[in-house]
Amino acid sequence: MADAALTENLVATRADTVRRFGRRDAGFRGLTGFAALLVVAAFAGVIASLVIGAWPSINAFGFSFLTSDAWNPVEERYGALASIYGTIVTSLLAMAIAVPVGIGIAIFLTEICPRPLRRPIGIAIELLAGIPSIIYGIWGLFTFAPAFQQTLEPWLIDVFGHIPGLDSFFSGPPYGIGIFSASLILSIMILPFISAVTRDVFETVPPMLKEAAYGLGCTTWEVMWRVVLPFARAGVVGGAMLALGRALGETMAVTFVIGNAHHVPHSVFAPGTTISATIANEFSEATTAMYQSAVIELGLILFFITFVVLASAQIMLRTLERRAGG
Amino acid sequence: MIVNRGLYLRRQFSNRVFLMLSVLAAIFGLVWLALILYSLITNGVSNLSPKLFIEMTPPPGTEGGLSNAIFGSVAMSLIAVAVGTPVGLLAGTYLAEYGRHGWLASIVRFVNDILLSAPSIVIGLFVYEIFVVNTPGTQAVCRAIFGAWCPMGHFSGIAGSLALAVIVVPVVVRTTENMLLLVPNGLREAAAALGAPRSRVIRTVTWRAARAGILTGVLLAIARISGETAPLLFTSLGNQFKSYDLTQPIASLPVVIFQFAMSADEGWHKLAWAGALLITATVLTLSVIARILEKRS
Repeated sequence: MADAALTENLVATRADTVRRFGRRDAGFRGLTGFAALLVVAAFAGVIASLVIGAWPSINAFGFSFLTSDAWNPVEERYGALASIYGTIVTSLLAMAIAVPVGIGIAIFLTEICPRPLRRPIGIAIELLAGIPSIIYGIWGLFTFAPAFQQTLEPWLIDVFGHIPGLDSFFSGPPYGIGIFSASLILSIMILPFISAVTRDVFETVPPMLKEAAYGLGCTTWEVMWRVVLPFARAGVVGGAMLALGRALGETMAVTFVIGNAHHVPHSVFAPGTTISATIANEFSEATTAMYQSAVIELGLILFFITFVVLASAQIMLRTLERRAGG
Repeated sequence: MIVNRGLYLRRQFSNRVFLMLSVLAAIFGLVWLALILYSLITNGVSNLSPKLFIEMTPPPGTEGGLSNAIFGSVAMSLIAVAVGTPVGLLAGTYLAEYGRHGWLASIVRFVNDILLSAPSIVIGLFVYEIFVVNTPGTQAVCRAIFGAWCPMGHFSGIAGSLALAVIVVPVVVRTTENMLLLVPNGLREAAAALGAPRSRVIRTVTWRAARAGILTGVLLAIARISGETAPLLFTSLGNQFKSYDLTQPIASLPVVIFQFAMSADEGWHKLAWAGALLITATVLTLSVIARILEKRS
């Protein structure tokens, strides 16, 4: 009799415990799911708040906001063209410098560098990504720009300023600060992103492929250019897009050295502005509602551009991952 | 045997040239790093002094330190990490343990990776719009709860912390997910075989196994936010007076560097360099510790 009661009791406690476990499990799962939803909510919130904030400006200017380079707080006329132009030109120039150099660094680290030096040099390059952008900014303004103005810039103007076709891009006085300085500093900042991703995908290339090419008598460069790079192309492009996303949204480093001039400059050495620099410089001065709304619309445009670039980078890297996994 | 000597030499030559160029590329990167660190150290060290930590930011033309800005930065970073880490940890756990390949997990992963690289100035605008702008409805609710301590409706240290927290979350989510996926399934199965419920397995086995990796993620997140300037410009704003009240505008190191460097005052420039050296030293130390931890895990 006593045994049966004990068993019954045990069964009841057991059922209780299992139920309690089940409840706690569901609770914990719900908690993690809620946190995951918070991430999505933050993203949705960014878009919603920017659209709401920009609405007065979108209503007032419509599409002409994108095509006008007016920026006149007194007359309440605003256009984003100068900022968009500066953002795109500085980012593309930075990419033009950083992509070949970044790939070169990856080749150096995987093929040329003596083994004991690979890790320290790799880490040193990655440190460039760790330095905060405000440091690039203050260094760019106080150290880089004055030196650049006196040395490299006059020389570049001298060399390229007289070549027909290029002369209009490379003419004008050397200011030190301007589109080109911002691009060069941006390129240093995004360099580690490109070289790190490129090195990682280079290391996924099967050694067999490389050995086969060497066996045919290829030189190291031919192996890199004809075998490794084509194999790793999707990864390199994905990494470059990720870096482009960073360059487009970079704020402080650019704000210091771009010169903050609201017009579409014809020379790459002239001062200009970018979307992020305009927001950083003018938001706290934006006293009227329309002024502030125009600046927020700039933020919306910036978010849209970087979203498109980052989303395509992700899709590219995901397909690559799936290919490597399957 | 016919040997095309010209072709051979040409191939050898281009090989040499391109390999030389890639060596130059590495030198290019290292030289910039050396130049930046050199000017940071030469300009920063001479302006380092105990006064930086004791005295507050001075008016132009006078001497002073950065104590209030250092306090603001440390306080806002701590709050941001305290808010952002649990959310990031739980969301990363969802992705690695529950969601895996489900549709919600795919969306969260996609959105998280966008937020990870999204322009931080836009995050600043976002928090400005929801927290700093004087929206009548939310303002009334906030006033009813907090009274005079309501941090909404104006610039405040809390708003700055919130902006930084939005930057912390995606970093922690990404590293947590990656680290949890590295934990061998055998561990989970062993714990489950002992009768531990799923939530218990995650908390006492997988989290513990991935502890060092998750901590690395948190350190990287701190490193990332300690230099962030753009999201603070329109949230915590800055404060030239002595203030330790986080419900009010508060000074922070990056914003002070920005303002001081953009000014024309010689003394302010010196303080900006000293502050820049402090931030860089902090960030690089954190990254080095994170790297050591990562290697050990």
